[in-house]
Amino acid sequence: MSAAASGLAQIGKSVRIKGDLSGSEDLYLDGQVEGTIALQGNSLTVGPNGQVKASIDAKGVVVQGKLDGNIQASDRVELRKSAVVNGDIATQRISIEEGAYLKGKIDIHRDEPK
Amino acid sequence: MKLFRGSSGAETVPAQSAQKLSRRSSGFGELARTWESAQGLCILDLGSTSPTNIRHFTERGHRIYSEDLLTASTDPDLLTKDEHGNAALDSRKFLADNLVYQAALFDVVLCWNLPDYLDESLVKPVVGRLWSVLKPGGMLLAFFHTRDAGPDSPCHRFHIVGPDTLEMQKIVLKRETRRGPTGAVHTSADGFQLQRVFNNRHIENLFRDFASIKFFLARDNIREVLVVR
Repeated sequence: MSAAASGLAQIGKSVRIKGDLSGSEDLYLDGQVEGTIALQGNSLTVGPNGQVKASIDAKGVVVQGKLDGNIQASDRVELRKSAVVNGDIATQRISIEEGAYLKGKIDIHRDEPK
Repeated sequence: MKLFRGSSGAETVPAQSAQKLSRRSSGFGELARTWESAQGLCILDLGSTSPTNIRHFTERGHRIYSEDLLTASTDPDLLTKDEHGNAALDSRKFLADNLVYQAALFDVVLCWNLPDYLDESLVKPVVGRLWSVLKPGGMLLAFFHTRDAGPDSPCHRFHIVGPDTLEMQKIVLKRETRRGPTGAVHTSADGFQLQRVFNNRHIENLFRDFASIKFFLARDNIREVLVVR
């Protein structure tokens, strides 16, 4: 998968993937993914057409579409107003827009300053 | 295969289109005193996803679970018939998909106005499940109408804005979108309907398995109830 001109890897809305995704760059996901997504140190965006059934481990996560799975984000999670999330979220910071749907737990943990 | 569990038959209109009304709540104020002095509580909010409520609890170091049971109850897969052949909701399926938690997990459950608007077939099973997921000594807050406000009585969601102050926001469901003969799209807006009005005895019976119950009567014909497991 080659990165777009902006340097962001993309999965288009017609793409379906079943399996484990991992990488060391930011990912924009607008298709269907079932499995696990591991992007430690990088960000994941689930686009408005995205339908994800997977556990996510990333630095930052933005959800605009549908997610059924847990999110582990070392930095920040954003749920936009079109987000539909069924799963637990563990992160340092969270932002939820009015209109977003969440069924699950939110656990905020803050790293100790070094 | 259903990719996403808990899909509903209704779509909620973006909430920013609904005005917010401020409301002082004695029941909530008493409940809030428990978490102001405590650390690491586990709280279950059964209203619509509220960024305000989530922020309120996470800023205080508590863990919050959000589960919109009213929306979940609109899942068309729940439709069934009771023993008399009347339309009802399948409470077994509902509890298989919702409120699935380990026993004695929560310190606080915020029911808001759920019992007044939830389908009859689900009310007692849901209260029974809430009893089991509350810790001994855990508290549950619920709001009940004191008189029949009619089928058009709006259903509100509640946002925490102060130690004893809530903001109420009307819930509007976009039930039907259809194309008319001219090709124009028509949307009929609807909302959750008030299912019943509980009297004090009904409420006491509903929560009979709880250790204690306290009533707070407000000026806006809402009876606030705080129960302890």
